[in-house]
Amino acid sequence: MGRKIRIIDTTLRDGMHAVSHQFSPDDMAEIAKSLDEAGVDTIEIGHGDGLGGSSFQYGFSAYSDEDYVTAVSKVLKNAKLDVLLLPGIGTKKELEAAAKYGAKVARVATHVTEADVGEQHIKLAKDLGMEAVGFLMMTHMADVKTIVEQAKLFASYGADTIYVTDSAGALTPQGVFERIKAVKEATGLPIGHHAHNNLGLAVANTLAAIEAGADLVDATCKGLGAGAGNTQIEVLVAVLHKLGYETGIDLYKIMDVADDVVVPKMKRPIVIDKNSLTIGYAGVYGSFLLHALRAAEKFGVDARDILFEMGQRRTVGGQEDMIVDVAYELSKNK
Amino acid sequence: MTTKIKAAIIGPGNIGIDLMYKLMDRKYIELDMVVGIIPESEGLKLARENGFKTSHEGIDAILANEEIKIVFDATGARPHLIHAPLLKENNKIAIDLTPAAVGPYVVPVVNLEEHLKSPNVNLVTCGGQATIPIVAAINKVADVKYAEIVATISSKSAGPGTRQNIDEFTQTTARGLVEVGGADKGKAIIILNPAEPPIMMRDTIYTRVANPDEKEITRAVLEMVEKVKQYVPGYQLKVPPIIEGDKVTVMLEIEGAGHYLPKYAGNLDIMTAAAAAAGDRIAQSLLEAKEGN
Repeated sequence: MGRKIRIIDTTLRDGMHAVSHQFSPDDMAEIAKSLDEAGVDTIEIGHGDGLGGSSFQYGFSAYSDEDYVTAVSKVLKNAKLDVLLLPGIGTKKELEAAAKYGAKVARVATHVTEADVGEQHIKLAKDLGMEAVGFLMMTHMADVKTIVEQAKLFASYGADTIYVTDSAGALTPQGVFERIKAVKEATGLPIGHHAHNNLGLAVANTLAAIEAGADLVDATCKGLGAGAGNTQIEVLVAVLHKLGYETGIDLYKIMDVADDVVVPKMKRPIVIDKNSLTIGYAGVYGSFLLHALRAAEKFGVDARDILFEMGQRRTVGGQEDMIVDVAYELSKNK
Repeated sequence: MTTKIKAAIIGPGNIGIDLMYKLMDRKYIELDMVVGIIPESEGLKLARENGFKTSHEGIDAILANEEIKIVFDATGARPHLIHAPLLKENNKIAIDLTPAAVGPYVVPVVNLEEHLKSPNVNLVTCGGQATIPIVAAINKVADVKYAEIVATISSKSAGPGTRQNIDEFTQTTARGLVEVGGADKGKAIIILNPAEPPIMMRDTIYTRVANPDEKEITRAVLEMVEKVKQYVPGYQLKVPPIIEGDKVTVMLEIEGAGHYLPKYAGNLDIMTAAAAAAGDRIAQSLLEAKEGN
């Protein structure tokens, strides 16, 4: 007991999916400042799909990466500013710019089997003096052996930390436990977990990760995030404090941030409904939710059928365009 | 009948050997030699079995041969930077399949005619070969302000070169959308999917246009698909063009011809198909120039 757990708040990055990437730099600065004052260690910001994510494919963000990073870096006193980069979407150029404007942590995210596309970005992050995190997405789609191999690749590029991410909110506690334990034993590095709540297990899975040896975990205010959202930070802090873990976060203050600062800026409540539940059950990328709802309306089909078919086709994170393709085919076959 | 223009391939890897098969039975170009640097390589063995001259002495074997006029470089960006000046000094036209981009970007169906006399042409990227024709077609009738493409390829078809320098793909493709496609601005995204059996190459092209004339855009896209099909038979429209306000969405799937590479590797097939088509057209223009003399 008493072990320190580092929490990375991703309200201002994963939460961007839930507001269609429309937070303003002022919104971000206000939330980030209050998270910092509540004692949050690290704050991730930017477009939901990371640096360079603003696009037709994922939705255009209201402002540029540079605007967001600059606005938030100005207000942070203690918290570290973190950015996400998905190789294939963002490039080294955008990472360099983010570092220049104040980002201190770079999370390089690849599909669970494709860590080698992130080699150059991990190395660049280290050259820029940043903390580098190798972030394996969609880990429910791979077995433990594969995950360990890919984690070792990230370690070999110089990653300081490895994340085992449940991007689809499809894992159950046992699945999280065995993945985290194996990666921790194989790499000896600090290991992190990022959960989604599509099956109602985000807090439970995060606890399982910590019990398996995870040193860092992600969470967001009110659970704001893709699909049915992420691990709810104020709930997680309460649970961890009850169990005797240290987080460095003031429980009352983080409750206030969630209810008084974040809620007024939310566009829709974060709930497990039939569609987000389908995401977890079918094991598809959380940010497909709003895209599937739009395609379902356009082509007159059930969003759940689209999401199931996306799972059947073994789609990976970032394949939002396939939703239109699938919806079109479903509408033709009706 | 007139003699054909002789050509050589440097780099007997997957791409080079697939190209070898595509250069058989061409009208104006004739593959003469395949060179590499490893004597016992599988590629050189296949080239010999198919009756082509081979050498493991790399480019030197080609430079010594005056008859060879066109050289396809399927090595890598770094070797091509060394090869390019040597080929030029020896009056050989280089068709560059690497990311080196010494010469202008060429997409056969869009701008090859402008660069027939260039000593070196570069084939952009697989994503560029697949998507730039569509952007160019839309730009002609609707004026493309912004073009964004998403290329999804099977993990198995992405070699170490692509993986270690994935930024090169996105940046080069984005430049190609502007320089060859005619968009004012460009963005490219690439996604690797490890599903088994491997997925076909898919490309989505989004454009923001000044004149969203649905009829004209649809006609231009359909016409262009037919033109590309002439050299890439597996190139097909997946969903009819979707026009919403000033946004146009076009989705393609590209099945490879399955010459040497598997059919799912449409991304590699479209590069070798473009190279073969460009080579044949350049050879034709060399022959015409000769007759003109």
